[in-house]
Amino acid sequence: MKKIIHLITAFAFLGMLISCGNNSQNIKKKQGALGSNAAEKVYVAPGEYDEYYAFISGGFSGQLSVYGLPSGRLFKVIPVFSQDAEKAWGYNEETKPMLNTSHGFVPWDDAHHPDISQTNGVVDGRWVFINGNNTPRIAKIDLTTFETTEIIEIPNSAGNHSSSFVTENTEYVVAGTRFSVPIPQRDMPIKEYKGNFKGSLSFISVDPEDGGMDLKFQIMMPGFDYDLAHPGRGASHGWFFFSTYNTEEASTLMEVNASQNDKDFIAAVNWKKAEEYIKAGKGKMMPAKYAHNVYNEKTHTATSTMKDEVLMLDASELPGLVYLLPTPKSPHGCDVDPSGEYIVGNGKLSANLTIHSFTKMLAAIEAKKFDGEAYGIPILKFEDVLAGVVDQAGLGPLHTEFDGKGNAYTTFFISSEVVKWKLGTWEVVDRQPCYYSVGHLMIPGGNSREPFGDYVLAMNKITKDRYLPTGPEVTQSAQLYDISGDKMELLLDFPTIGEPHYAAGIRADIVMKNSKKIYKLEENEHPFAVKTEADTKVVRDGNVVHVYMTMIRSHFAPDNIEGIKVGDKVYFHVTNLEQDYDVPHGISMIGANTSELLIMPGQTETFLWEPKQVGVWPFYCTDFCSALHQEMQGYVRVSPASSTLPLSWSLGED
Amino acid sequence: MKLKKSNIIMLLASLSILGLFLFPLWNITLEAPQYPIPLGMDIYINDFADANPHDIKNINLMNHYVGMKYIPESIPEFKIFPAVIITMSILGLLIGLKGNYKWFLGWLIVMLILSGAGIYDFYLWEHDYGHNLDPKAIMKFTNPDGSIMGFQPPLFGSKDILNFRAHSYPQLGAYFLAFGMFLSFIAFWLGKKEKAKTLNNESN
Repeated sequence: MKKIIHLITAFAFLGMLISCGNNSQNIKKKQGALGSNAAEKVYVAPGEYDEYYAFISGGFSGQLSVYGLPSGRLFKVIPVFSQDAEKAWGYNEETKPMLNTSHGFVPWDDAHHPDISQTNGVVDGRWVFINGNNTPRIAKIDLTTFETTEIIEIPNSAGNHSSSFVTENTEYVVAGTRFSVPIPQRDMPIKEYKGNFKGSLSFISVDPEDGGMDLKFQIMMPGFDYDLAHPGRGASHGWFFFSTYNTEEASTLMEVNASQNDKDFIAAVNWKKAEEYIKAGKGKMMPAKYAHNVYNEKTHTATSTMKDEVLMLDASELPGLVYLLPTPKSPHGCDVDPSGEYIVGNGKLSANLTIHSFTKMLAAIEAKKFDGEAYGIPILKFEDVLAGVVDQAGLGPLHTEFDGKGNAYTTFFISSEVVKWKLGTWEVVDRQPCYYSVGHLMIPGGNSREPFGDYVLAMNKITKDRYLPTGPEVTQSAQLYDISGDKMELLLDFPTIGEPHYAAGIRADIVMKNSKKIYKLEENEHPFAVKTEADTKVVRDGNVVHVYMTMIRSHFAPDNIEGIKVGDKVYFHVTNLEQDYDVPHGISMIGANTSELLIMPGQTETFLWEPKQVGVWPFYCTDFCSALHQEMQGYVRVSPASSTLPLSWSLGED
Repeated sequence: MKLKKSNIIMLLASLSILGLFLFPLWNITLEAPQYPIPLGMDIYINDFADANPHDIKNINLMNHYVGMKYIPESIPEFKIFPAVIITMSILGLLIGLKGNYKWFLGWLIVMLILSGAGIYDFYLWEHDYGHNLDPKAIMKFTNPDGSIMGFQPPLFGSKDILNFRAHSYPQLGAYFLAFGMFLSFIAFWLGKKEKAKTLNNESN
């Protein structure tokens, strides 16, 4: 009964907020954007550059989008986990291995939390990491090419959600499982979840030179749901914090059954301790099947390697590895402030925010002030680790980021707003509505020691009436607020791709200077590359035909091919001979059961064509490359399977 | 033996022209809206070089649309010019050590003739490059009088060629050459003065 009263009060509160929001919105409307200078603040004049890159995940689109801030202009959608016919990602022979997993080729995933690599606790702009939620994977995007260059599958995991966050020097990119599952997987009744299902936390090392990823170790955890995570920094460097829900260990009607405990946990993981245990030989190799896919920029080709074991540390057996911090109520975001002292638990079924103190946590551990244990893992006392509570800040806190000036900004999903509060005093100082149902927010550099505290970007799940309608399915959105003053100011509201789940931002000058213009032709080591038109050829090997083709403004070499037969498997290996910035060419063949290729200068890509009908069939350039683009075309003659016509190829012969 | 001032300057003049081996002689730059970083070619005494990586390849790619020939990897001048400059430098050094001001003037006159010939040769090459077009050119342009439009870059200065603005200007190598010739003139002038002075002293 008490609960119901609480709920009614809460909804009344919510109603008030919405009506307040509407009033202020109407006043704004009368003034117009120019009245508040908002338009001026987001206007980036033609030819000028944005101040920040924002890497906004596409959620269920599986991709990562690149936007400029403050303008909200979309520059690129980087294909990561989903096949992309536009760029031939997952369609051409070179990138198909990138989407390989222990379950075979998986052409889609749910891309959630991008994070930018760091050096000395600040974003360095070398790579973006992002997790695939559904079939657990972590991808790495290289910010010299803005292409996905590595994807590693995470074994012993399901619903790879508390991922992919980096430590202060990108020692590790860390992943946690949302679903607990039998580890190792086995045939067993779902009802026997409790005590039998396990969670796992994965630590993937990143080579400081080439960024190569390697699954160094996993930590076996109790069968909770691990929701989000963030690294310690400064004094707390060496620790990693994970929020949990379903500490009830329920397996059905989760919305009710996983919401019963008054407090769940934030798991504090001492990964330096884990390294010590590994050195001491306390880890156990266990069989695990997972794919490791690497794209080589020289061969322009990906390879997929299947791994078969992983080093496992059991948190229940190794004292000092993990401690549990009681945190109300099914916390979602688990956010560490720039100093590394405060760990914010965003209890999403609560109206309050809980903030733990790292110093207090260490003291409590030192004094062994435990309040029982869960599967051998010590539980600290709530009061002993608590730094403060932001009281009644809103409804449904999800995620907090920091401006580096002593303020924190938290999204509240249910009350649909961003709330600004002060670290240390825990007082709410400002609030702004979101349109509508905000999930994560992002301050460029927000997950680091030194956030760039000019803007906060809130990402909304629902837009309803905010834009011109487009039928039942309407866009999701991001909203940009100026946070340089005392009060937040809504500047811009722009549509996004897929679900803008989370984002990472960085000052543009750190990244743009490293952005490549072309791939060097002389460095192209693709096995089927040809670097001059004189070397182009067509080679038959049984019914497999390899076409070694080149493209340059404004023709293909060769552009007339004869001697192909019905039933052949024809591989077009096409090299773009251009060495000029922004001169890609495309190619597509009539009836090819695959996508076009879009080939950057100096790059080689391959598509497969299996001609099924006799005739003369054209191909053409699909990217408007030049004044003679429309003339950039060719023919392939297809003869009956029984034909003895020899292969021939030519360019420019009358 | 103590060298006279004029002889020392003549030696410097002879060395200065070797700057042609270090720095480009000339530069042709093509600007267009699509090329925020313009395309450029540096002409060295023995080489055509990209101002930025792949510029010559990209100039060739542009030019093939109007039927211009590719800029060759090498031309005979790249063998002749260096030999001439080295010879002239050695000669200059010899007369700097042994000769008098009349020789300096002679060296300068030869250098002026050779440079004039070089510029004329460059003009001829440019004219051929700009006018000797492939009859199957993709795009053919005519002048208002009906004659076939040429695409010769300016010998010196700036000029609009279709969508490009072409600039053609001497570079540091050329300045070294000019400076060397200027020095030889100074050497001549000083040598003449020194000679007059000695004559005066003798007559006194």
